[in-house]
Parts: sequence; C-alpha cells; structure tokens
Amino acid sequence: MLHKPFAVAALLAASCGAQAAGDADLAAIRAQIDEMKKTYEQRIAALEQRLAQAEADARARPAPVAPAVAPGGAPVAANPPTAAGGALAAASAFNPEVSLILQGQYAQMKNVPDRTITGFWPADGHADHGKGISTRGFSLNHTELIFSAGIDPYWRGQAVLAVQDEAVDVEEAWFQSLAIGHGVGLKGGRYRSGIGYLNEQHPHQWDFANAPLMYNALFGEEASYRQDGLQLKWLAPTPIFLEFGSEIGRGANFPGTDSNKNGAGAWALYAHLGDDLGVSNSWRAGVSYLKTTSGDREADFLDVNGLAAQGLFTGDTDTWLADFVWKWAPNGNPKYQNFKFQSEYFVRKDKGELTCTDEAGVGNACATPVTGDYDTRQRGWYAQGVFQFTPNWRAGLRYDQLDSGRQNLGVNAANLVVEDYRPKRATAMVDYSWSEFSRMRLQYAQDKSMAGITDNQWIVQYIMSLGAHGAHKF
Amino acid sequence: MIRLLTILWLAAASLPAGAALQVFATVPEWAALAREIGGDKVSVFTATTALQDPHRIEARPSLLAQARRAQLVVATGAELEAGWLPLVVRDSGNAAIQPGRPGYFEAARYVTLLDVPAVLDRTHGDVHAAGNPHIQLDPRNLFRIGEALAARLGELDPPNAKAYEAGYRAFAGRWQIAVARWEKEAAPLRGVPVLAHHDSFVYLAHWLGFKVSGTLEPKPGIEPTSGQLSGLVARQQNAPAKMVLRTAYQSDGPSQWIAGKTGIPAVMLPFTVGGTPEAGDLTGLFDDTIRRLLKGLS
Repeated sequence: MLHKPFAVAALLAASCGAQAAGDADLAAIRAQIDEMKKTYEQRIAALEQRLAQAEADARARPAPVAPAVAPGGAPVAANPPTAAGGALAAASAFNPEVSLILQGQYAQMKNVPDRTITGFWPADGHADHGKGISTRGFSLNHTELIFSAGIDPYWRGQAVLAVQDEAVDVEEAWFQSLAIGHGVGLKGGRYRSGIGYLNEQHPHQWDFANAPLMYNALFGEEASYRQDGLQLKWLAPTPIFLEFGSEIGRGANFPGTDSNKNGAGAWALYAHLGDDLGVSNSWRAGVSYLKTTSGDREADFLDVNGLAAQGLFTGDTDTWLADFVWKWAPNGNPKYQNFKFQSEYFVRKDKGELTCTDEAGVGNACATPVTGDYDTRQRGWYAQGVFQFTPNWRAGLRYDQLDSGRQNLGVNAANLVVEDYRPKRATAMVDYSWSEFSRMRLQYAQDKSMAGITDNQWIVQYIMSLGAHGAHKF
Repeated sequence: MIRLLTILWLAAASLPAGAALQVFATVPEWAALAREIGGDKVSVFTATTALQDPHRIEARPSLLAQARRAQLVVATGAELEAGWLPLVVRDSGNAAIQPGRPGYFEAARYVTLLDVPAVLDRTHGDVHAAGNPHIQLDPRNLFRIGEALAARLGELDPPNAKAYEAGYRAFAGRWQIAVARWEKEAAPLRGVPVLAHHDSFVYLAHWLGFKVSGTLEPKPGIEPTSGQLSGLVARQQNAPAKMVLRTAYQSDGPSQWIAGKTGIPAVMLPFTVGGTPEAGDLTGLFDDTIRRLLKGLS
C-alpha cells in the first residue's frame, strides 16, 4: 500500500527527465499514470467515505476511538482535512475563531478611599473608589470574549467583548480591509488606536498586572485610547519597516468628550519604523500625535478652603507620544530565552477655558461659576525590561515617572488648588507559564502616585486563554 | 513630508519592474525548494532559520516589510505558522498574498498529513488540528509540493512558466535518484525504536521505517518534565530505544540527560536547511540527516 503510490511518484518523476524517453514512450507512460491516478483516486474516495462513516459512528459512541490511519503513503492525492468531516462539520467550520480570556487577581494594598494620580486630571471625572485594578482582595479583571473571522475575500472582522458584573463593554468591534493592496490597510468601527506602543495591546498581553502610570494618566483606568472611527495605514515598500497611520473618529473618550455634532471629534497621526539587527535583535520605534476636543469635561477639585468644587474644561488637547521597543533572543529563537525592553514618553497640552462651579452647593469659592483661561503642559515616561530565562519563567522590572508640569488656571488660580507633583512607581514581577495559554504572575510595586502616600502593592494574577488564540503583534 | 512620500511612491513603483519574482518563504526548506525550482527567476526571502522554533516566531516589523513586497508567500500551513503568519499577511497591506489568492501557497495542502488528532482538546497539548506539520522530512513529499509550487510560480509569472516547469523536472529527476540512494543507505534504520524531543520526526520515521517510541515532551509544546524523562528512562528496561533525537533549535539538555542515564546517543538532526553546516541545501539536509542517524546507530 505504501510502496505503490510511491511508484506513481517515481514514474512521474522519471517521466519528467526530458531526455529519458521518446515522445511515444512518454505518451504511453503518461496514459499509464493517468490510469493509475484514476484508480487511486477512486480508492481514496472509497476510503474517505469509509472514514467519514467510521467517524460518524464514533461520534454516536460515548468513548473516542483511536485516530484514523491516513489513507495511503505520502505522495498520494491531497485530501483537505475537512473533506471527510461531513455536512455538519462543514457548516460549523465557518464559525468565527472564538477565544475567551480568564483573568483575575488577588491584591494587597493600602485602603485609599479616593485613588487618583496627584497633579493629573482624573480621567473619569472622579477619583477611583477602589474599583477595577485597584480592588483589594480577590477579584476578577475583565473576562474577554474575542470573535474574529474573514468576512469575504475583501474584509475581515473582529469583536472583543469585555464582560464584567452587570455590564458588557464592546471593547473593540471593527472590520479591516484585506484586498486594497499597495500597502494600504483600512479599519473601521471601534478599535484601539494605533498611537504609542502599548495602546493596541489588551490587558492579557501586558507584561505587568497593571498598565504604566502614564497610560492611566493619559486615558484613564482602561489605559488605552479607543474610538469609533476610521483608521488608514500605509506600509511603505521599503526593506525596513516604515508605516504611517492616520485616524479620525468620534473622540468621545478621555481626554476628549462626547459631543453631538457632525464631523470628527478627534484625529491621530503616527509613524512607526522598525527592523532587525542581525538575527538576534529586532526593534520598533514610533512617534504619535492625538488631537481631541472637550466640551465641559468635568472633574472634582478642591477649592482654596479645601471644599469640594467642580471644574469644567472646554478646549483642545494635544498628546504627543514616542515609543521604543527592542527584543533580543539568542539566534532569534525566543522559546528558551529572550529579553524585551520597552519605553514610552508623552507630552500632553490642554488649552482652553475652565469653569469652576459648586454643584453640590457646599458654599465653595465658586458659588457663582467663574470661567477663566486654562492651559497645561504635562509629561511622563516609563521604561521596562522583561527577561525570560527559561521556557516557563520570566522576570521584569518597570519604572514609571510623571511630571504634573505647568498647570495654569488663569483667574481660577484664586479659587482652586492644584498640586505640583512628580508621581513615581517602581514595579517588579515574576511570572510562570505552563504553556502559551496559561500564566500566573506575582508582582510587587512601590507606588508613590499620590502625594504623601507610599503604597506597597502585592498582586497575584492569573491569565488563561481558551480556544483559538490569534497571533500577537510585535 | 510630501517630498518624502513622493520618493517612497517612486521607489514602490520602480521595484517590481524587471525584477525576479519576490518569494517570502516562512521556513528554510521552502526557500530552498523555491530556489531549486525558480533558480535566478526568483528572489527568495526566508523568514526564519533552522535555529528558530517555527512554532514560536514573532510578527517582527522586518517580516511585515518583506511581506509587503512579496509576490508569493510559501508557507507550511497546518497551523505551523499560526502564531505569526496570519498577522503578518493581514497587516502587510498586500492583497496578492492573502489566503485564497494565488500569491499564498501552503505546502501541507499537497500531502497527506499524519497524526491527525481524533480529539481536539488543549489538555492534549498544543495539537495541530490538521495533523503533524513537519512534512519536509519525508523527501517524497517534495515531489508533490514541488510540482504544485512550480505550477504556482508559473501562474504568477507566466513568461517564465516553462522555466519553472523545467526547473521542477530537473529537480525531480535529481531527487528521484537521491531518494533511492537515501532509502538504500538508511535500510539499517528500519524498525529501530528511537526517542524524540518533540513530534518533529514523524514523517522521517514514516519514510525510513524507524519507530518513535516516545517523546521527551509530555504533551506537544509542553517542555520536558523530570517525571516524563524518568518515565522514559524506566521504560528503557523493557523497550530499549536506540537513540534520542532532537532538532537544531531544541535545547540539548533533556536529550543529553536521557543519554547520560541510559547510555544511548543523543543525536541532533538538522531538521531543515541550515540546521547544520552540512545541511546547506535540500540534498545536504537528507545526506546529513541519514549520516547522523547511522552514526547514532553504530
């Protein structure tokens, strides 16, 4: 059985030697081969039918049977693996790739009633009351459900649903072009913006249990700028990686606000450059710009007497980001050992007007609302290195620093208090992966993101990935 | 900025004209096969080396840049490259190399895959639903793959279609003789039980008739554990394996440990083109593989 198909290939190959035989011989051999091919194809079809029957029978029985022997030797006709699957399997084969991320943690940290980053505008308007990543004790992070599939030859789609208690957040839901060509990629829907490096990554891809402070300061607890809109990318036909991207969108998320208007509320531009250095090193660097607009963006403040006050910002925000990633692996084989360094830097400017109010009626300095100029220029950075020293173990260090910078409140400087502060955090982590699909992490951080508080935080986190798991970006 | 873009566009427009067909091969064996068939009509980029685990490649920026300019992607398929290639192909902005287009070629579609799992469940490790993807180590598979690849090259580059066909025929003629020689040389290996680090040599064993009686990995893709290794050593008493095989990209620790405990030789095989200095091309790959196996047996 194994030798006969091989003989077919041998004949086929022999018949290919141009000078081996005359034309008449060739024709005869070809006819013979065709004959043999037909016979074999019939026998294969019969075997496939038997295989399908056997599989159907096996499905009816409770216990799985041993794998079916592949019909024939190596060089027989190709039979796609789905061919024998039957009608039911064929229909469900069109189902999208589905994966589910299970993620949760145990955290031990100080009980800080109003967690915020001193000197920075709180992204959701208010201090975080021990929700999400700063929950103490046992808790679930997002449970992420990911669907993706090719839609037709022209488009591909993906949806990422983040399931939390009593809420399903549509994290991402987009379509992407496959057939434009010329290096052009078009994406539309809700997506994580291509600005920066970490912005596109979901929490299960992070190398630490929480995001760098700068991402929290820039975009809030989600640590990513997402928007509903359009993204257009162009990859240059150069030997080194050179990519330009632009986005326009609704811009409803912090640092912008939602607005009822036509046109776009935010736009972004970015460029990425990357290459290999020898076989062991690769890198990527980028610069990004994000423009957002705000109408009455609200946040809690304290007035000069320490009473609660509200600030409403209306104006434009410019965010600049620079990012750099470098990966090393011996011979470019990351399986046993590899090292990853990443660092990002930002500058953000708010420019517009701030209105100070007393919404709760506590009798603060803004009992009559006061509107004045408002402009800020704030910056920050982080750098981290993660070393995988065996196939299962990794260890990493990260340092975060922000600078509250210039905060010019105009006439409201007489009513509201803002602090000058440089939030800092140092983090160390070690994680263990049983396989590519399961990971357990221990993390320690000394967090000085709030003035006057040094918080020693311990987190034990698990990340489990079920089902189809797509490729990750560099 | 506009000037820079203009220059880049001009560079883009000038690239394909009169140049060789740009082939992006995911692994060295398909790069070697494309060169055998295409000769100077193709310009081949190889995404990985023999010292890299093909299951664990990252979608590096350089791969995106190369995929952007490719006219044909030659991949193994059977999910071998699932961790990086789909992303590289999608994000390349290159419509010609998308799956389903003539510019996307999967070798595994042209051969019969072995070890197709009956049950798909990750508790069995990192199993490949379509079957074992390490098809290149049965040289007979290269007839069908080579024939299909020559046809595909001809479809993409009609003026040179005859040259690709002739290239394949010349290769197949040489290969035919070489396969017969290897089969003769490797006759002593028939029926020999061996251990392997990973399920890398299923097709090689199928071809030469030796038996992989155990793997150092407890499950595919899970690193060898001390329990698994001691189990294999204990089994040596009743069912002795003659050698323990690994590829050039796998760590030598576990197989050396087995070799030390049992006295059987640990044999490193090139696995693909470039895995050893002797495996410089496809013929060298099998010459060296059989030489090393026979040396391990004596």
